[in-house]
Amino acid sequence: MSTDTGPGSAPPPPAIAPAEPSTLRKAMRQKRFTVGLAITLLLVAFVIVAPYLAPFGENEVAGPPFSKDGFLGTDYLGQDVLSRVMYGGKSILVIAVFGTLLGMALGIAIGVVAAYGGGWWDEIIMRANDVVLSFPQILLALVVLTAIEQPTAWILILLVGVSHAPRVARLARGVALGIVSRDFVIAAEALGEKRTRVILAEVLPNMNAPLLAEGGLRLTYSIGLIGALGFLGFSADPGAANWGQMIQENRLALSTQPWAVLAPVLVIAIFCIGTNLMADGIAQVAQRGDN
Amino acid sequence: MTATTQDTAAEKVPTGGLIVEDLGVMLTGRDVDVIDDIDLVLRPGEVVGLVGESGSGKTTVGTSLLGYARAGALISSGKVLIEGRDVLKMPWREVRGVRGEEIAYVPQDPASALNPSIRIGKQIVELLALRGIGTHESRMQGARDGLAEVGLPSDDEFLSRYAHQLSGGQVQRVALAMAFLPKPKVLVLDEPTTGLDVTTQAMVLETMAELCRTHGVSALYVTHDLAVVANIADRVAVMYAGQIVELGPKEAMFKHPSHPYTRALLDSIPHLSQARALTGIPGRTPAPGARPGGCRFHDRCSFAVTACAESVPELRPIAIDHDVRCIRADELGAWDISRGTVPDADPDKPREIILSVQGLNVFYGRKQVVYDVSFDLAKAEVVALVGESGSGKTTISRSVGGLHKDWTGTIAFEGDALAKSARQRSAANRKRLQYIFQNPYLSLNPRLTIEQIVKRPMELFGIASGKEATDRVVDLLDQVALGPRMLKYQASRLSGGERQRVAIARALAAEPDVLICDEITSALDVSVQGSIVALLEGLRQERGISMLFVTHNLALVRSIAARVEILQAGRVVEAGSVVTVMETPREEYTRTLLSKSPRID
Repeated sequence: MSTDTGPGSAPPPPAIAPAEPSTLRKAMRQKRFTVGLAITLLLVAFVIVAPYLAPFGENEVAGPPFSKDGFLGTDYLGQDVLSRVMYGGKSILVIAVFGTLLGMALGIAIGVVAAYGGGWWDEIIMRANDVVLSFPQILLALVVLTAIEQPTAWILILLVGVSHAPRVARLARGVALGIVSRDFVIAAEALGEKRTRVILAEVLPNMNAPLLAEGGLRLTYSIGLIGALGFLGFSADPGAANWGQMIQENRLALSTQPWAVLAPVLVIAIFCIGTNLMADGIAQVAQRGDN
Repeated sequence: MTATTQDTAAEKVPTGGLIVEDLGVMLTGRDVDVIDDIDLVLRPGEVVGLVGESGSGKTTVGTSLLGYARAGALISSGKVLIEGRDVLKMPWREVRGVRGEEIAYVPQDPASALNPSIRIGKQIVELLALRGIGTHESRMQGARDGLAEVGLPSDDEFLSRYAHQLSGGQVQRVALAMAFLPKPKVLVLDEPTTGLDVTTQAMVLETMAELCRTHGVSALYVTHDLAVVANIADRVAVMYAGQIVELGPKEAMFKHPSHPYTRALLDSIPHLSQARALTGIPGRTPAPGARPGGCRFHDRCSFAVTACAESVPELRPIAIDHDVRCIRADELGAWDISRGTVPDADPDKPREIILSVQGLNVFYGRKQVVYDVSFDLAKAEVVALVGESGSGKTTISRSVGGLHKDWTGTIAFEGDALAKSARQRSAANRKRLQYIFQNPYLSLNPRLTIEQIVKRPMELFGIASGKEATDRVVDLLDQVALGPRMLKYQASRLSGGERQRVAIARALAAEPDVLICDEITSALDVSVQGSIVALLEGLRQERGISMLFVTHNLALVRSIAARVEILQAGRVVEAGSVVTVMETPREEYTRTLLSKSPRID
């Protein structure tokens, strides 16, 4: 043993070297991610701050319908379009974020348990998952919404989350399958770790990169989904401004007062591009990080 | 002197061989050398072994001969001359012609080099068509001849197989056949037998050597395995950190190795004929960009003096045809291959049985893979399970470790029968029996720090916690020769050898009585293997830990184990003390294994 690597044989660096940077930190060094993050943060800031800066109230009449009054003109009731856009993001944002979070949490739980449980567990969980998966997201939401007279924000969040969950579960199971068969998970089992701890401490931390990317992508879908539901008239408060609903309300005057439609379309598009760029950036980091 | 001999040799036969002059490869965008100052001559019909550990640049040299550098690297200087033409200066169309037709390449993993969706016969015919060899009608026959030459069946059934329907050795021989068909003048083989069993390896090596002889092909055999080189090469080049540090005829290299690195490598290799106290090389192989100035080995060299760090030594001749890159080569003294030998483990030592396996049958679903295996393990004893892939050795160790639960029979710990899976066993039994995995790149959670990894078994088994546990982690890291600075590192920042030490430290943290070591050195370089074996031997002596050592390397068994179980197709064919089995094998299978194992002694 004497000629073995002694602690003194290598020149010891005085300080403890910093740990390997996390996925998020690596992503921060990437242009795609930082641009996406900047766009998203700016839009979130706009959604939060704008209602206080709006020139008119949410339902305040600013002039005749579809006129050129104000910065972006007025809509079908003569309400100021700019003010409506400034008010209309909050519900979409809140529902999208919470719906995505719920969908991710549910989906990851289902997918990881299926992958880790294996065998019959996997079969039963994933086949049930496939049943839910076979409904298009929007259809599932519509079926429920038509049965309810007036949806609340919570119901919308629940709908968005539940409709995301099976899709996330598919991905989570795929990623987890590659991890649960690795030796370090088997090593933890051989030590007799509790199953929940194996999942939480050994499996989940190694999935964060693809899951973060999926989360970003799901957020984009959520925005689209809620926008679409708003367009079809399903929103928590029909009177309140809502980007999706605005498109529906004003589309008849697209040729005379295009801003009433274009403005909400643009903010939704920018929001989607922002979150999508973020997801893309994380996905790239995740791919490269796999040594 | 040597230079002139080489020149005349090259001039005498101007039609064959290959001359490499001052070859250098660097990383693009950064001024960092991967390899530099490589001078090498492949004479016609000669096999040159290029030996080096991971990160030494040996594969880079191999592919450079074909004028190829992997993405992110570029060939920055030098010449590769074949028949007086420089491969590196050729236009790319010409290089494409040279590759395969004049200089052929056999990759490390031919399974991934063959197209999985095209039948073997078609692939060979395609190759011939691409090279414009033969006519449409004669190519199929050409494919048959090529396969026959490497000792494979050449009937229609075989030709219509896909790559996945062949065994590892067969795939490798198909790759050899494809390399030889265009009748190249030079062959580059990149670790073609890594991952093959000893008997298959011996077969592939024989085929290769014979083809080289009959066709007068020069070959560069890139490998990390000095023992293989000792069996097939005419000359040997040893690489370290991107440079050739020693180059000479095989006999001279093994009788009078003159570079401290070559000697250290030889010291770390186990012999078949006698047990040895293996040693490793301190420190780790420097990566490109982090290599020290002066002699690149000086910071790990036990002969280093101040002058070593000052300038890069030249590769200079010390005997005919034998060059060394060391300023102190003349002062190192004589060398003896049998140095470091120790007496074999005493077969008559009294044994105090701690773990016994009786009538073990193991199944995968309906398929039985292990049949009625019985053996036992005494206190402070190492029992080796040896066999080729598919012999069931790892399956047995996993069943003993409770990682595979589909088995029948008895596995008893001091008379106390163990449950089938680790979860069903008592915490005390789990604690006393620790498993170390083959691949340290997979067995440590890349998200956790070394401290968390090593501390966990202590917390789990209630041995220590908090500050006390951290202190013990530091102690353990010290025992496995890792400094406390590793504590906050994540496993992904460590080298393979360092990771395996962490895995050993994690096993030791549970204060076990028995360690199950599943091929724990097969993914590591020989010098790292040497130091890991030295570490385990120390632990056995100091702590009285028993070990079940799974391996396919019989030479390693001789140095580490006291008893050995030879397995074939799930059955123990021969068992006994290491000396008895290896000196006087009774079974034909054992004799075959022993005779096919490459040896340097």
